[in-house]
Amino acid sequence: MNMLTEAAVERKLDTMDEQPAIKMRGENVTVHYGDTQALFDVNLDVPEKQVIALIGPSGCGKSTFLRCLNRMNDTIDICRVGGKITLDDENIYDPRIDVVELRARVGMVFQKPNPFPKSIFENVAYGPRIHGLASAKSDLDGIVETSLQKAGLWNEVKDRLHAPGTGLSGGQQQRLCIARAIAVSPEVILMDEPCSALDPIATAKIEELIDELRENYTIVIVTHSMQQAARVSQRTAMFHLGNLVEEGPTDKMFTNPEEKRTQDYITGRFG
Amino acid sequence: MTDLTATPDGAAVGSKSGSLFERGARTRRRHAAERRFRMIGLAAVIFAILALVGLLGSILSNGLSSFRQTYVVLDVYLDPAKLDKTGDRDPAELQKLTTFSYAPLLKTAMETLIEEKGISVDGASSKDVDAIISKEAAATLRHFVLANPSSIGETVKFDLLASGRIDGYYKGRVTMETAELDRNVSPQQLMLADELKAAGALTTRFNLSFFTAPDASDTRPEAAGLGVAILGSIYMMLVVLVLSLPIAVAASIYLEEFAPKNRLTDIIEVNISNLAAVPSIVFGILGLAVFINFAGLPQSAPIVGGLVLTLMTLPTIIIATRAALKAVPPSIREAALGVGASKMQATFHHVLPLAVPGILTGTIIGLAQALGETAPLLLIGMVAFVREFPAAPPGGFFDPASALPVQVYNWTQRGDPAFVERASGAIIVLLVFLVIMNGLAIVLRRRFERRW
Ligand SMILES: Nc1ncnc2c1ncn2[C@@H]1O[C@H](COP(=O)(O)OP(=O)(O)OP(=O)(O)O)[C@@H](O)[C@H]1O
Ligand SMILES: [Mg+2]
Repeated sequence: MNMLTEAAVERKLDTMDEQPAIKMRGENVTVHYGDTQALFDVNLDVPEKQVIALIGPSGCGKSTFLRCLNRMNDTIDICRVGGKITLDDENIYDPRIDVVELRARVGMVFQKPNPFPKSIFENVAYGPRIHGLASAKSDLDGIVETSLQKAGLWNEVKDRLHAPGTGLSGGQQQRLCIARAIAVSPEVILMDEPCSALDPIATAKIEELIDELRENYTIVIVTHSMQQAARVSQRTAMFHLGNLVEEGPTDKMFTNPEEKRTQDYITGRFG
Repeated sequence: MTDLTATPDGAAVGSKSGSLFERGARTRRRHAAERRFRMIGLAAVIFAILALVGLLGSILSNGLSSFRQTYVVLDVYLDPAKLDKTGDRDPAELQKLTTFSYAPLLKTAMETLIEEKGISVDGASSKDVDAIISKEAAATLRHFVLANPSSIGETVKFDLLASGRIDGYYKGRVTMETAELDRNVSPQQLMLADELKAAGALTTRFNLSFFTAPDASDTRPEAAGLGVAILGSIYMMLVVLVLSLPIAVAASIYLEEFAPKNRLTDIIEVNISNLAAVPSIVFGILGLAVFINFAGLPQSAPIVGGLVLTLMTLPTIIIATRAALKAVPPSIREAALGVGASKMQATFHHVLPLAVPGILTGTIIGLAQALGETAPLLLIGMVAFVREFPAAPPGGFFDPASALPVQVYNWTQRGDPAFVERASGAIIVLLVFLVIMNGLAIVLRRRFERRW
């Protein structure tokens, strides 16, 4: 037995299991809405090609943090973001950054399914079109098809691509929104309670989908369902009153959290 | 199943005693109050409907008759000896001939008609006979001859306007009794008219010229038409549409989607609402001062009217457009921004199309308001007596013209009661335009109403 080799192997395993590459990183992120502060010095790493779940009681700032990651907060006049957030080590709040580019790389799926009141095809094709991802009509058709396939919706809608997207069921609409986000080939997908408006079967489908998407995308998901966080995420971050309480591998967070507040929240004692 | 639906026998349901079929004093009072309110509401509705029916009824009963007109059917010999002494049909020479030279032709034609049909003139002077035909008739002849010089020397059948009083006789405005007292018509004339009618030389038919002819002077109401007014109104609406729609939509989009929400934009917002409440005559004074006195634009021109009405219409369209933009759910904007659309793309690709029905509705309602607006137009001289049609656009925008509501006002100011009928007819035309526009707005709203 060679002790050195064993140590080396162990180190290698360590880096594989516990230190995946960091896709996005928040350093001392603070957010103010007017005079009220919604986030206090949040430091959180988003690991690449994993699912990280943000949990915490209502109003604790999960959505706020999520929306910082693709600068969706820019649309709120009174919102000010401090600290630093990087995507692949580039500060996304740098004045030289174009939010349009950023949002093409960091896509978003919202709590309520919000398809455009246009055809299913147009919903998916819109992003690639404005980003010039498809030069020919056939390219666009291809993108739409693969996106819908990845979102697990293709078989249900392939015969009615030109029917309005708003005519789908809630779960189908949400998968359409996921397809729409995927169509611009983002690297990160942000999901703010994507299943809260859906029934258990539709939820299960989306969770399955998230698990598949993990292979190609980095996913940040906000959820109120502990079971969902446990089922789909590799890492979990717990927020409370605008602070990041604790962050770690999901199984550890759910079995052996370091903070009492996390334990209380997970076991349903508050929130 | 039956267990669940069966009432538990014996046991009292609820804490209050007594049957549900007995009403307490409170309940009775509540019902009485409700009944009272319903009666009041119903009365209000009935009152409003009656007022509307009364209004429409009076306008229709006064005005519908203006769509029919009495004509004298007359074979007129276009005597070359009177019209073209040189015999060479020189247009310049013909042009020099005034309507005065055509009057004798009518006189002769009238005499021949009476002779041929064997109509008894019975007390009517030859002046009376001539006065059956409108003074406008000579102009009609002249117009025809100038357009067809080759017809000189022929006998042509004309439908010539009967004079206003004769026309009024067949519409019930003039009777034998009033004719006794009237300087402009005598009972003999009316009897003669009846004879002519019996002989088929006098007909009453649809009055197309009411829509196509220009205004006429005080003494010939039978010839007055809405042509210039309708054209002027159309020109003004074009100016208003072309100017106010883009300006209003641009302003609304900027204010609603792009402008930061601060004191300045608040002030702008309040002022736009205030602008919508400014009395229209103020806009007229402004137009007079700015567009005519300062910018030197011509008076009575549709361009000035259009500019003034644009100022008035802008706030209406801006308010409607902003409401339409506000009604587009924010989730649509977020969806677009979320896939990396710029703010501009999100607005123009997704928000604006959803707001279009609301914008169009607002625009049409704004235009309808502008169409009926009178006061500012009076101030900028649109009330002038205009007989010349404005030229085709764009030059025509600078020619003098009238407008429908001003024409109504103008006609109500005139002495001859025949103009009351004309004014009511013009109101009907105006109302029809307004109803069509509002109907269009409703159709658009229905058609494009969507769910999201
Ligand atoms: N647009 C806004 N303007 C002002 N305050 C806001 C705005 N959005 C969020 N906040 C405040 O920021 C705090 C955090 O809100 P956030 O939406 O991030 O909570 P959350 O954790 O997502 O809650 P939930 O689970 O209910 O969605 C709350 O106190 C909220 O009132
Ligand atoms: Mg939230």
